[in-house]
Amino acid sequence: MSDNTVQRDLSAYEAARAEADHPHSAVVRFGAEAPLQLDAGGVLTPFQIAYQTYGTLNAARSNAILLCHALSGDQHAANVHPVTGKPGWWETLVGPGKPIDTERFFVIASNVLGGCLGTTGPSSTNPSTGQPYGLDLPVVTIRDMVRAQAMLIDHLGIEKLLAVVGGSMGGMQVLQWAASYPERVFAAMPIATAARHSAQNIAFHEVGRQAVMADPDWRGGRYLHEGTSPRRGLSVARMAAHITYMSDSSLHRKFGRRLQDRDGHTFSFDADFQVESYLRHQGESFVDRFDANSYLYVTRAMDYFDLAGEYEGVLANAFKGVKTRFCLVSFTSDWLFTTADSRAIVHALNASGAQVSFAEIESDKGHDSFLLDEPEFFAITRGFIDAAARAVGAL
Amino acid sequence: MAARDLTMSEAARVAGARVDLLLIAEMVRPGSRVLDVGSGDGELLELLATTRGCDARGIELSREGVNAGVARGLPIIQGDADIDLADYPDNSFDYVILSQTIQATRRPKWVLEQMLRVGSHAIVSFPNFGFWRMRLDLLVNGRMPSTENLPYSWHDTPNIHFCTIRDFVALVEEVGARIDRAAALNGYGHPVRVNLPWAVWNLLGEQAVFLLSRKG
Repeated sequence: MSDNTVQRDLSAYEAARAEADHPHSAVVRFGAEAPLQLDAGGVLTPFQIAYQTYGTLNAARSNAILLCHALSGDQHAANVHPVTGKPGWWETLVGPGKPIDTERFFVIASNVLGGCLGTTGPSSTNPSTGQPYGLDLPVVTIRDMVRAQAMLIDHLGIEKLLAVVGGSMGGMQVLQWAASYPERVFAAMPIATAARHSAQNIAFHEVGRQAVMADPDWRGGRYLHEGTSPRRGLSVARMAAHITYMSDSSLHRKFGRRLQDRDGHTFSFDADFQVESYLRHQGESFVDRFDANSYLYVTRAMDYFDLAGEYEGVLANAFKGVKTRFCLVSFTSDWLFTTADSRAIVHALNASGAQVSFAEIESDKGHDSFLLDEPEFFAITRGFIDAAARAVGAL
Repeated sequence: MAARDLTMSEAARVAGARVDLLLIAEMVRPGSRVLDVGSGDGELLELLATTRGCDARGIELSREGVNAGVARGLPIIQGDADIDLADYPDNSFDYVILSQTIQATRRPKWVLEQMLRVGSHAIVSFPNFGFWRMRLDLLVNGRMPSTENLPYSWHDTPNIHFCTIRDFVALVEEVGARIDRAAALNGYGHPVRVNLPWAVWNLLGEQAVFLLSRKG
């Protein structure tokens, strides 16, 4: 690695950390007059939410769509990312003329509570100490994230959202929205998600967290105070997680057993295989843009998610009398959030009498399919959103 | 009734909708809640929503059918009638419809019972294996009949439980349902209008549509 590269990496890292308090996004700050109730007990105050919007809110305020991002996502769904310079993570789906059409809809995307791109999280400055929160931030839940989003939607003057859409952890937020604020959500689209995090998924998250915490540079969560960064730990966590986002067949198609810039095995532990090199790159680039403690907080929020748990263990009770219409989507090769997970939600919605669509999309790209070019998924999204818009007269 | 049916077949020609679907739609009370089991890409759902103002939802087994229907904004879930009907609460719909699908279910009797549990009415349409041309085909050729509507060969067909109109009437009695209305369509897709005994319908009807309700 040349000195130049080190310099660039460091500045990307620093640029990302600067987003925590002063993001390249709109920010709403909630002071002592609007404390955030937390499931862990107590309140968070003050706190802030960073968000992006696309398109224009119509006069009736009936065309607003909220996007909920996944574990490693952020509010930059459909614009160039201020830190990485890459296109927004959902530009496949969201934009002018796209299935979620920003020429017709007012689209909102906010950074989740506990995140690191401008919404209050562990790398944000704790106003009572002037230092980063680190582990002093209370552990947050999916419901806390959604409570914070509801305050943002209030702040934007929107009574009822046309739709709430999200995949993976974003889908958990969609389900929580429909359960917590059914009268504020006309249409809900939970994609590649589950109503509870499975034991297997908690196990994968635990591996990732242990990798972060085992890095001596993590410093008990005080790396920002001490000027270190648990790069290796977070990178390993990301590498392990990335495998779970793909499928066996997509890894095979992409890499097979091909070697990386060499003719034979080196009989060492260097990255001989392309798949190793790819994962190392995934890990390295993630470290620049994502805060290690945020990774702990956000994975924990997913682990704690069990929507039925709030309703006597009966998922259908979460949606009792709900008027929201739903569209669930799963992908055949997704083994992290399976079709069976989506079907369990569909069964609960049927039992509660909700209007629901459910489609399973054939794809060999694994969990990440919802972020990729999947024409059938796009057609379904467009059909569902347009039908909802027609029903409320927003088209 | 006769005039109504004429209008229906006229409408069918204009709208391009299947006559049996128009017959079904005509049996459904406007504004009611309907579950269409085996909804395909949602042709009947759309017809019910636009012409009868129904809250119409579908279950469909084939992924292609579901995806095409949902992409048109219709509420369809990918699912299996033989399993998923059990999830719906009692009386959650006014009508549960099974159009041209009962012969493809693994447990026709169970499906019919579930339909009458979930809905206060059930509407079933099916190809009649007692149709004279089927009988003639089997008699003359000695091979399993295959027609324009049922082109599959015996060893490669989704249709595993064919029945005749009389067989179906017997099943209705067995599950203890009441027949509110019945119609048969002849080989040209026209309703067989004259009120004739089942045995005659069984001969002349290529397809049949039954409106059932729970007894008591």
